[in-house]
This record gives sequence, C-alpha cells and structure tokens, in this order.
Amino acid sequence: MSSLRTTSTFKLGMWLLLAPLCLWLVLLIILPHLELLVFSFTDPEKDSFTFGFYQEFFLEPLYWRTFVRTAVMSIMATILTLLIAFPVAFYIAKMLKGRSKGIVFAMCLIPFWVSELVRTFGWMILLRESGVISNFLQWSGLSDGPVELLYTDATIMLGLVYTSMLFMVVPLVSTLDSLDDSYIEAGYDLGGTNWNVLREIVIPHAVPGIVSGCIIVFMLSLGNYLTPVLLGGKDSLWFTEQIYTQFITRFNWEQGSAFGLLLLLLSSLIVWAGLKISGQSFAKTMG
Amino acid sequence: MIPSIKQSSRFNAIYQSYLIAFFIFLAAPLIVVAVFSFNDSLFPSFPWQGFTTDWFFSSEGNKIGIFFDSDLLNSIWLSIGIALVTTLLAITVACTNAFLFERFDFPGKSFLYMLMLLPLVIPGVLLGVSILVFSSEIANYLEDYWFIDLEFLRPGLTLVVIGQFAFITTICTLIISARLKKFDRSLEEAALNLGASPLMAVFTVTMPFLKPAIIGAAIVSFLMSFENFNTTFMLVGSDAPLTVAMFERLREGSTPVLNAISLLLMLGSGVLAIINMTMQKKSA
Repeated sequence: MSSLRTTSTFKLGMWLLLAPLCLWLVLLIILPHLELLVFSFTDPEKDSFTFGFYQEFFLEPLYWRTFVRTAVMSIMATILTLLIAFPVAFYIAKMLKGRSKGIVFAMCLIPFWVSELVRTFGWMILLRESGVISNFLQWSGLSDGPVELLYTDATIMLGLVYTSMLFMVVPLVSTLDSLDDSYIEAGYDLGGTNWNVLREIVIPHAVPGIVSGCIIVFMLSLGNYLTPVLLGGKDSLWFTEQIYTQFITRFNWEQGSAFGLLLLLLSSLIVWAGLKISGQSFAKTMG
Repeated sequence: MIPSIKQSSRFNAIYQSYLIAFFIFLAAPLIVVAVFSFNDSLFPSFPWQGFTTDWFFSSEGNKIGIFFDSDLLNSIWLSIGIALVTTLLAITVACTNAFLFERFDFPGKSFLYMLMLLPLVIPGVLLGVSILVFSSEIANYLEDYWFIDLEFLRPGLTLVVIGQFAFITTICTLIISARLKKFDRSLEEAALNLGASPLMAVFTVTMPFLKPAIIGAAIVSFLMSFENFNTTFMLVGSDAPLTVAMFERLREGSTPVLNAISLLLMLGSGVLAIINMTMQKKSA
C-alpha cells in the first residue's frame, strides 16, 4: 500500500471522497446558517444592517420569557431523565447477565423505534379528560368528576422525559458496563455503604455516559416541537413554536432567524459548558 | 448492588418494583394506542363500545378504516418514497465519508470531522428553517435576475428530502465508520497482491465486510426519515407526508383510525428494530 500512497490516483481518490462531504456540509449546513445570520441582522425595508430583531426579543417579555422557560424546563427534564434512567441502566449493566440482559435492554430500546407522534398520541389518550387515567380515577372513587391532566407544565415535562429516556439509558448502560465488578466489591469490602460505593465508585466512573446522555437529552428537549405543542396545548409557550410562528404563520423571516440563532447559541453554550465541566471532547461524546 | 453483594430483601423488592414501574411507564402509551384501535366508537377514548376491526377494514359509513382512507394511504406512500430516496442518498454519502475519514489523512481533518457531527446538535426545526430560507433566497435570485423558476427550491418534497438528508447522513456515517474501523487492511492488501485494482479490492473485499453496517444504517435512516416531523414540517408544501398528515388530524381531534395507523407503524418499526438488532448481534 505504501507505493499507492504516493501515486496521484491516491490523491484523486481523496479529492473525490472530499467532494460529497464538502458539498453536503457547505450547501446544507454552513451556508443556510450563515444566511440565517445575515437575515437576522438585515432590515428588509431599507436593506440595511440592524440590531432591531434582537432588540425586539429582549423588549418583548413574551419572547424572552418563552426562551428562558424553554431552557429551564429542558434542564429540569434532563435532570429528571437522568434520575429516572440511572437505576434502570445500573440494573441492566450490573445486575443482569447474558440473555436476560439482552432482552431487558431490548425492551428499553424498542418503544423508541416507534414514531414520537405515536408515543405522544398514546399519552394524550391516557391523560385527557375522557382518557384512561381520568376514567380510572372516577371508577376507583378517587375523583368525582372527569380530570383533565393534559395541557399543564407537568404534562410537558412527562412527555419530554419519556421521549428522551432512550438517549440517557444507552450511554449510561455502555459506561456502566465497562465498570469492573471487583471495584464495587472492593468498595464494600472496605466497609462502604451502598451510598458510599455509589458516590465514590459508580458515579465517578459513569461521568462520560452521564455527560453525553445529558447533552443529548437537553438538546432534544430544547429543540422539541411535537411534545410541547400536543401535550401542552395553546399555552405550552415553547421556543421552537415561536420560531415556527415567525417563519410560517407571520412570514417574519428576519425575526424568526434571530430567534433561531438565539436557540442555537443557547444550545451550543450549554453543550460547551457541559463538556468543559466534565473535561470531555465533543467528537468523543457525540461519536 | 451487584449480585455478589447481598442486599436486604426490602432493598431488592423496592428496586425490582421500581423497574417494573419503569417498564409500565414505557409501555403504557403504546398499549393504549393499540387497544383503542379496536374500540367500536368514534373517539379513541372510553367508554369501551365493543371490539371492532372497522378502523382497519371498514369502507363506508362514518367509520372509514385505514385501508380505505385514501388521504392517509397517499401520505404513507409519500413517506415511503421520501424515506427511500433519502436513505439512498444518505448511505452513498455516508460510505464516501467513512472511507475519507478512516483511510486518508489531510490537513483540517479533525475540523471537518467536527463539522460533520454538527447536524446532531442543530435542532431539527432550525435545520428545516435554515434550508427553507437558503433555498428560497436562491430561488428568488434566479427568478429575479435570470428569470428561471426552479420549483424544487420552493417548499415541497425535494426540500423535505434535502432537509432530512442533511442530518441523517451524519448518523449513517457514524454507523458505517464504526464498522470500517474494525476492518483488517491486510485482506485488502491480499487482493491487491493478487492483481486487483484498488477500486476492485474495495468493492469485492471491503464492501461485503461493510454490508451489515450498511443495511443497519439503511434501516435506521429509513425509520428516521419516515418518522421525522420537525424538519419535515418546516419544509412541506401542499403534499403532506404521513407524520404531518397525522399531526394535522391529531390537532383537529381524531377518530380511532389514527390508532389503527399507529398500530401498523408500531408493528412495522418493531419488525425493523428486531431485524436490526439481530443483525448487529450476528456481525458483532
């Protein structure tokens, strides 16, 4: 192969492989986002530079409150998902062996191959006023009349946690899998309690999985559209909804571009901070 | 907390009931969707009016089953078409990317690799609108200065394919690269020593080795495209793919025909998921 490396065929091959990659990244990712950037700073009437659309964001309480709310709820959803997923991931990685491990892990994965729309629809059937849970509460006498469980913040949170569960469980299982049982046994031999072992051995080992899980779940929640709109109803106030409204309903592309970039900025900042705190690299966490 | 360490029976009981509760939580929405597709009522909710398969097979009256609902059927075919084209494009580019990143060294490689991962962190809605803005700008420019009207740059199926391709390619590249990493280069060298051209060696030795990863990536890509909503919703024109059509009906308030189609989707994706998992296990 070494003779091949120096030949011009090799060079040609490299350029041929580089072409589709560059076309894809430049035409579909970089230029469109630069276009958004230009749009967000352009006054469409005078065709001149303006900060107006960012000003509008900070001056109109509805906009920035929606933005902050989306960010805070996404962070809460991420923490909740982590707390719920961790014991499950630990059980799969450490308590189960062989065939039963494969089956239980697959049981975790399969629901997520189903469209998000179908899963959200399922929650609507469960939670609405005429839904399964409301009927159950009436039947069991816990409630006198129909209970509306949809269209609250808690419902949105439930939907977000449910939708992103897989993206937390998978990285957690794979890092916990690589933790040698003998470390845990050593922890107990040295007189550690469950809590000591968890805090001193298991969690420090799981940090890479926790970080990549949290980053993915946070980004998915922040960029989610279906779950807040369908489970939160008219008052869901999710930032992606604002972006959609500006672009498609109001046809105010400049304002929409500014919103889009703010969302991208927020998500990049949080990802960067997460990587910084944990000392991980982006390529390693994502790949 | 591991089998070799004894825990109190109370701890074990609590831990196991937590797991059972977790799996009920995971399965509950899917089960109710499936069950209510057989409810003989106009709404997917209680009271239970008896068992029926009308939401699949009825062709008349106020209950139109999924197999006779031409709007939904059309949108299913549309989604399948979009998913096939997207998958074909994404797999092709993913293969070239995998070879580029695994076999070549060039300045700026790690930077390009990071750019390649970028679509994973861009929210789908944003990816959709940025492509919408960019393509509309090109279309406007061509129309204003060159009097060329390119319909495919306006919201519609082509843009949907382009938008989905933009992020699905990254996922396919990661899957195929991971397998190419495990390939033993000496096999390729053997082919070269036996007189094969480099290209022939790749197609007769390397590609067959990559086949399981390519099929796996194709399944993932097909499903991601078929089920995509965020990016698609920003780029659709007048023809609605399945997820968009279902979303519109969900908002209007729906009949159990949506449950019927959801059940079919679950069966379809379940089968694909199992095929994919068993294949990964075999090739691992």
